[in-house]
Amino acid sequence: MDFNFTEEQSMVRDGLTRLVRESYEFEARRKVIEGDSGWRPELWAQIAEMGLLGMPFSEEDGGFGGGPIDSLVVMEEFGRGLVVEPYVPTVVCAGGFLKHAGNAAQKEEYLGGIIDGSKVFAFAYAEPRGRYDYADLETTAKKDGDGYVLNGHKAVVIAAPWASHLIVTARTSGERRDREGVSVFVVDKNADGIVTRDYPTVDGRRASEVYFENVQIPADALIGEEGNGLPLIELVTDEAIAAHCAEACGAMKVAHEMTVEYSRQRKQFGTPIGKFQVLQHRMVDMYTEYEQSVSMTYLATLKLGEEEAERKKAVASAKVRIGQAAHHIGQESIQIHGGMGMTDELAIGSYFKRLTIFDSEFGNVDHHMKRHVALASG
Amino acid sequence: MNLEFSPEEIAFRDEVRSFIAENYPKNQEGSGLRDDMAPEDLTAWHKILGKKGWSVPAWPEEYGGTGWTPTQRYIWSEENARVNAIMPLPFGVSMVGPVIYAFGNEEQKAQHLPGIRSGDVWWCQGYSEPGAGSDLASLQTTAVRDGDHYVINGQKTWTTLAQHADWGFFLCRTDPDAEKPQQGISFILVDMKTPGIEVRPIKLIDGGYEVNETWLTDVRVPVENLIGEENRGWTYAKFLLAHERSGIAGVARSKRAVEQLRSIAANEQLDDKPLIEDFDFARKVSQLEIDLAALEITELRTLAGEEAGRGPGPESSILKIKGTEIQQRLTELTLEAVGHYGTPYYRDVPDAGSNEYPIGPDYAQHAAASYFNMRKTSIYGGSNEIQRNIITKMILGL
Repeated sequence: MDFNFTEEQSMVRDGLTRLVRESYEFEARRKVIEGDSGWRPELWAQIAEMGLLGMPFSEEDGGFGGGPIDSLVVMEEFGRGLVVEPYVPTVVCAGGFLKHAGNAAQKEEYLGGIIDGSKVFAFAYAEPRGRYDYADLETTAKKDGDGYVLNGHKAVVIAAPWASHLIVTARTSGERRDREGVSVFVVDKNADGIVTRDYPTVDGRRASEVYFENVQIPADALIGEEGNGLPLIELVTDEAIAAHCAEACGAMKVAHEMTVEYSRQRKQFGTPIGKFQVLQHRMVDMYTEYEQSVSMTYLATLKLGEEEAERKKAVASAKVRIGQAAHHIGQESIQIHGGMGMTDELAIGSYFKRLTIFDSEFGNVDHHMKRHVALASG
Repeated sequence: MNLEFSPEEIAFRDEVRSFIAENYPKNQEGSGLRDDMAPEDLTAWHKILGKKGWSVPAWPEEYGGTGWTPTQRYIWSEENARVNAIMPLPFGVSMVGPVIYAFGNEEQKAQHLPGIRSGDVWWCQGYSEPGAGSDLASLQTTAVRDGDHYVINGQKTWTTLAQHADWGFFLCRTDPDAEKPQQGISFILVDMKTPGIEVRPIKLIDGGYEVNETWLTDVRVPVENLIGEENRGWTYAKFLLAHERSGIAGVARSKRAVEQLRSIAANEQLDDKPLIEDFDFARKVSQLEIDLAALEITELRTLAGEEAGRGPGPESSILKIKGTEIQQRLTELTLEAVGHYGTPYYRDVPDAGSNEYPIGPDYAQHAAASYFNMRKTSIYGGSNEIQRNIITKMILGL
């Protein structure tokens, strides 16, 4: 048993802590997210230069031979600074599909660009009606000569406004909710027939509604086996969930620290409010929730490589536990900050909002509780 | 003991229901209050009610009240909640109005009460300060007598919708040497056009601008604007807070919000069935309805006590705590119900729903913003921690 990070991972963490401190001070972040593009491609390039985008890929794929724990380290720091740049969509999701199921030509074409920062991805899986069921797809990819024709509407595609490419899930056969017949494609976002409506999100990122209108894609856009994409999607989204759990832990840690610090500074009735036992115990509960969340993030991350049922159960457990903790810590942070917590001026509100949206990404508490129940009852 | 309305009360309900149906502004139906509405939209219903004589039901009849019983007032608020009506804002009608008729002199009543009734004069509340929130009595804004004027200096905060206000009521320290902080505070009415007042908007976490910082620099106010006696303002402020607390349970509005939540959850799908048929979700909605039923009967018991001549006591803190927890939970479940479409920040996307490529269903558009915004309810009006302190002290006697 070993819960230590390697020396390399610790160095990465230190480098990122510095980067976040220097480039992600709260007012600097505000300027970026309120600006036209909403992110900093130059910072992404810097992150690529530090080698962070290549960490979880094998050396033969051009990476540094790491894995999910490296993504955990990165995302925890991203969470601390509420970094909006698209590590999960690009490295964990697109990178994950390619490394698990991409063929040599696809890896050749895309992985280099992911690692050097020149190709940015968004993962278009959600649909207006499907909620958290990856197989509930109205988007279709119909065979057409050598390739496919894509039609459909993907909802709230995070990072799509910044993306050069999309990973798209679509039905190649079967009925709307069948487990069979789901396929995964890599698509150039500039392809003819793709229409996007871009918008900001409440937690400071950007997203798009993406419409596919008779988009012609070549046969080699298919990642993995046609019609057998669902197990692959479940694997990659479990990896994405683990990374987001790490992000939530980073955000919860900072929210808790800010709240404790505020309770030291804020005086009412002639005393710092942190001296009131009723608030002390609530901040202790927040701390406990955070520590449980870190444990669950480790559990989920360490089980990603295990056999399917064990992996799924660990990830579902983590998403339930951390979904609950994120709500709890977010709400209590605002309450203990009082009126100041309601203002856009303080950073705490932004942590609360990110922690709120965390729950609905890749399935909320209820969704993963059901998943756990199903797995636990065999 | 029974819960039935009397035949007279049912007749009253039918009367107000048809009045609302015929007179509520058609362009505002169901919209509810939002901070980015035009001021004339926020006061439209108030002005109609002013003409009808129904804008200040709870006031004594001699000042324009309707003479309704507490039960009739309850029916009135229920019926308005059914259409999500934008009610007269509380700052005039529920806050400063009662202070003026209870403690003001005849000139003050003649000057101010008609404009509050009609909705022509917009009021704001200058209570909280950056350093005086839950501990309101520690306020630092000063009013210093200079001939026949007070000169006011200080900073107020959380002044709701002060950007539209004509008048404000301010708590100011007039005796800095008083023995206790509660002594030495005065209650002063201020024309918001007086030189030296600056209202700066505060952006909230939902992106809205409903509250402000109000800076007062050498603001000269005639001494005639003092309510009651100098240094007795705390008494009047406490009287006002008791009025603010009644109705804070928001039962009628929450009942409507539960209906809306059910209708959203009937539209949303989970596993190819309406979300509301999902047991996990339906259970949470039922839990809310159960909590709301308990709150409603608790409020009705309080009302019955009022009809029997017992004013709302410290138990109204229960109404505040449970009422706000339910309001918050409602918005939390609504956000959960809309799934992915809780994520877009609609405020920065005009016409999000009316485009050729819409962003989600209309009902999703306020879900996240409402959830964020409603966190304020357990903080304002005496935070829920303060309410628990009141119960501890006044009811448990600890």
